[in-house]
Amino acid sequence: MKAFGKVHKFGDNVDTDVIIPARYLNTADHKELASHCMEDIDGDFINKVKDGNIMVATENFGCGSSREHAPIAIKASGISCVIASTFARIFYRNSINTALPILECREAAEKIEAGDEVEVNFDTGIITNHTKNETYQAQPFPEFIKKIIDAGGLLNSIKSQ
Amino acid sequence: MGMTMTQKILAAHAGLSEVKAGQLINCKLDMVLGNDVTTPVAINEFDKEGFKSVFDNSKISIVLDHFTPNKDIKAATLSKQCREFSTKYDIKNFYDVGDMGIEHALLPEKGIVATGECIIGADSHTCTYGALGAFSTGVGSTDMAAGMATGMAWFKVPTAIKFNITGKLNKWVSGKDVILHIIGMIGVDGALYKSMEFVGDGISNLTMDDRFAMANMAIEAGAKNGIFIVDEKTIAYQKDKVNREYTIYNPDEDAEYETTYDIDLSTIKSTVAFPHLPENTKTIDEVGEVIIDQVVIGSCTNGRLEDLQVAAEILKDKKVAKNVRCIVIPATQKIYLEAMKTGLLEIFINSGCSVSTPTCGPCLGGHMGILAAGERAVATTNRNFVGRMGHPTSEVYLASPAIAAASAITGKISDVSEVM
Repeated sequence: MKAFGKVHKFGDNVDTDVIIPARYLNTADHKELASHCMEDIDGDFINKVKDGNIMVATENFGCGSSREHAPIAIKASGISCVIASTFARIFYRNSINTALPILECREAAEKIEAGDEVEVNFDTGIITNHTKNETYQAQPFPEFIKKIIDAGGLLNSIKSQ
Repeated sequence: MGMTMTQKILAAHAGLSEVKAGQLINCKLDMVLGNDVTTPVAINEFDKEGFKSVFDNSKISIVLDHFTPNKDIKAATLSKQCREFSTKYDIKNFYDVGDMGIEHALLPEKGIVATGECIIGADSHTCTYGALGAFSTGVGSTDMAAGMATGMAWFKVPTAIKFNITGKLNKWVSGKDVILHIIGMIGVDGALYKSMEFVGDGISNLTMDDRFAMANMAIEAGAKNGIFIVDEKTIAYQKDKVNREYTIYNPDEDAEYETTYDIDLSTIKSTVAFPHLPENTKTIDEVGEVIIDQVVIGSCTNGRLEDLQVAAEILKDKKVAKNVRCIVIPATQKIYLEAMKTGLLEIFINSGCSVSTPTCGPCLGGHMGILAAGERAVATTNRNFVGRMGHPTSEVYLASPAIAAASAITGKISDVSEVM
């Protein structure tokens, strides 16, 4: 499984209130949630983001709430995967469960810059920065988790058993 | 090798004699919880996958507390969806406007969660029930849907940090100050993926309300869960509430902890978390002058009876400052009624506070006290990220009920000694 796209870069502690403010949680509609993604720190994000783009951030990405609306908003905005130094645990889990591809790699998160063209191979965990001609190695998922992502999320994988 | 309290509970629910940190396991759940914001997403997933029944209608709780009494048509539609699902599957613990409370105050009060149980909730502050010595953790709506369908959840067994608590709290200092101090010390990812286990002689000097406030904010340090040892106070608390047997799990002598922090309660000062992270703490003497517009006393962190009692003791016969809106929100109907009968509500209203029916309301910027551009609030809530309580340029300062009440009187962040 692969992803390839231009990068949108963020910093430490990007929290769930900033990914999708609570004032928009009165809807479960994916498109509507996507339209407010990152609004309180980058009001222009939703206009700039294109299908297949990649989000990169540093420490503790997705900290705060358990709201699944957060990975839903990111995925529905067109982002194909998120790379971070570390992920907050509920966000990490929610991303796996909703099949939003994510990878933890501090080196990649720190070296990749906004606008870089990046390719990700989820099977090997290799991240390639085509703009800077660099590669970084992330830990690929354990089998248990890979099964969930390959099935398209937790519920699909339960049904298929 | 020994296991921590968390590891023991997980092992027991996975049907294993032992688990090790890092191991991936499947656990049987004692309770699956959701609210009016997270349950609709779970219902959509549940229906989409074609599940036709829930695993056990007595082990699911749906509490409408975030945007209730409904703040607009969209919120009303979400509540309606929860209501219909609960009727369809005969959900035993369904709480609607009129008998609901804030979920993490309501569930322990009703004996819906108990010591030694394994609980997931589609709300990050589900870690609150660790105060009872249960394993309890926040998850997303998909986990809630899977939990409702199968009664199971997958977990990666966490490593742990030990907090060895000794001593006694000083007057006006409470569990909220202890946990703010801890988060200020270790950071918002200081306990990432780990269990925070609270042990030691000092635990017996913490009331249940103190412990609920502390366990509630384990997630603000990035923890998987927070959990307390069980003592006479825990047992007494559950005596008139829990109608079933429960198991007490103590940490093994040789349980492995990555780090141990010694916390002497007598050294803890009133603490305030400045915008925009719960780790951005200062003790009350370091705060300086911060003029405020609003105070919120309530939430799943500090909306319990003791919290209201402390606030009322400070506000009695005094007036809320002219430039401050002070909003008091008892966390459950039982607490509201008790506060009414014991004269606390009269104190609040006479001093110029607004008193509300139970709701999460302003904590997450929902309703009942949203902030305008540039406004500042002191809140007994648990999070102060950008835009948390309203406009992105508004600011939230997290504090204990005592500091919140004192600040409401002076119109700036204040110690209790400034008003008593």
